[in-house]
Amino acid sequence: MTTLTPPRVTPARVTQEIRTPKRRWTGWQFTWPFAAVFVVAFIAPLLYALWLSLFQNQLVGGNAFVGLDNYVLAFNDPAFWAGFGRVFLFLLVQVPIMLLLALAAALAIDSARLYATGFFRIVIFLPYAVPAVVAVLMWGFIYGDNFGLTASINDWLGSDVLAPFAPQWMLVSIGNIVTWEFVGYNMVIFYSALKTIPTDLYEAAEIDGARGWQVIKAIKLPAARGAIVIATIFSIIGSFQLFNEPNVLQPLANNVITSSYTPNMYAYSLSFAGQQYNYSATVAIIMGVITAAIAYVVQLRGSRKEDR
Amino acid sequence: MVRSRTINPRVRRRAFSVTRPPKSTALTLVMILFLFYALVPLVWLFINATKTQGDLFSSFGLAFGSSFALWDNVVATFTYDDGIYLRWLGNTLLYVVVGAGGATLLATLAGYGLAKFRFPGRSAYFAVVLGAVAVPGTALAVPTFLLFSQLGLTNTPWSIIIPSLISPFGLYLIWVYTIDSVPTELLEAARLDGATEMRTFFTVSIRLLTPGIVTVALFTIVATWNNYFLPLIMLSDPQWFPLTVGLNQWSSQAAGVAAEPIFNLVITGSLVAIVPIIAVFLFLQRFWQSGLSAGSVKQ
Repeated sequence: MTTLTPPRVTPARVTQEIRTPKRRWTGWQFTWPFAAVFVVAFIAPLLYALWLSLFQNQLVGGNAFVGLDNYVLAFNDPAFWAGFGRVFLFLLVQVPIMLLLALAAALAIDSARLYATGFFRIVIFLPYAVPAVVAVLMWGFIYGDNFGLTASINDWLGSDVLAPFAPQWMLVSIGNIVTWEFVGYNMVIFYSALKTIPTDLYEAAEIDGARGWQVIKAIKLPAARGAIVIATIFSIIGSFQLFNEPNVLQPLANNVITSSYTPNMYAYSLSFAGQQYNYSATVAIIMGVITAAIAYVVQLRGSRKEDR
Repeated sequence: MVRSRTINPRVRRRAFSVTRPPKSTALTLVMILFLFYALVPLVWLFINATKTQGDLFSSFGLAFGSSFALWDNVVATFTYDDGIYLRWLGNTLLYVVVGAGGATLLATLAGYGLAKFRFPGRSAYFAVVLGAVAVPGTALAVPTFLLFSQLGLTNTPWSIIIPSLISPFGLYLIWVYTIDSVPTELLEAARLDGATEMRTFFTVSIRLLTPGIVTVALFTIVATWNNYFLPLIMLSDPQWFPLTVGLNQWSSQAAGVAAEPIFNLVITGSLVAIVPIIAVFLFLQRFWQSGLSAGSVKQ
């Protein structure tokens, strides 16, 4: 578990590990299989997508080189931007809520003030093991007005207060499912970072008279910063790539979840419903670049704070 | 990797601390709310897997129905449509064993190689793979489909297995873990004894790396077991579906013109699909505990 903690490996330390010069090519014995599959399953699709994005299948003339036309098209495509805005809103609201809950749970579990700590940790992590499809099917049933809990609660209240599939609540309903799936996973990442805090620090803090919240603020949160940065990056990637949850919910809320509800769903339907492979590849590339750029900025900001 | 830094924090705190924290009932109660949040959907799933389709509609969601039909539902799940569910389960197992197993092996070898050897192209290797951690896998799924369909690989198990073999994050974990737990002196000693690097890896290093390997295995198993997007786009023949895609297909049967709802099978099938992965997870969790926190009495 603790292996999830971001490493503090200084370059000096790496050099020390490899200080003995080996026969030069020995390292490739270990690394070539990964590299080979990596080229086939990662580099090649990436290059192929870039290639595709420069062409258009036109009625006249067939497949023609169009330069950056597809990108221009995407940047002026309201369907793409509506989906983008949706996942961006999702990112701004759901990610902070989920990460704060996860951090609170990790601090609670690390505090040694709980009864049955181990039990809490395992059970709260459990939803992570549930496949997203099963999680969404399950929550979909629970949300549903056929035999879901929502229906029961509405019956009991004698009203239709709860409407998880209504347009204005859809994103919240999806956010709840995603939070349910990943809050425990993030909790475990934070918890394993907290576990690496050396005891001396607590002892020193105690001698200085630090208590409770002071210890959390001065020791625990700084120690968890690296883990928070990593969890934030993964959550950003997850939000921008949102697909499984809306895709599985779609049959239940056909009018609300359109085929361009998220950029990833848009890329999917462009390819599989519209046969617009070139444009689909363009959308995938744009989303990939935006995601990687934001992840990079978060990482930079996170590590800069760490240096201070 | 942090073993050296985590020697018994709790125990030493207890011995030295003036303020050994007393157990807090209030905090435990708050966390019980959390526990409910995590558990209620799973409990709902179990309870409803015991109901007939009629009971599903007529009884309260968190109460048992008039009959206890769990076994009937399980039998129906496995026999519906000539036992297609069993086929899906087998496919999922295939993808997990070959995909996640292969991913763990490749990531372990490469992470170890990068941590312990200097070789031409090493820095570039690093830069590219670590860059890949930030590129979301699903962004590549559609391009991968387009490429694989050119190669005639779509609608075969290979289209699922090959992309699953890559785990940049796994490589990163093993790299970190190797630096922390495999002493270079040990490798030098083995070298003096005349062992080849591969032999040293498989006889000596792999044992030291076990907790790290188990962790990577856990994450790749969960990822392949739960994989949905990739098989959804790669496969069109239900004979190759994994459980996730198959269950969703069952679920979509309830909508549309020729609707033939089999809610009880979707629910029971979902329950059966999560039991193995939760079992594996709990099993591996214990494995880690002994591996990683050896000497720590925290839990």
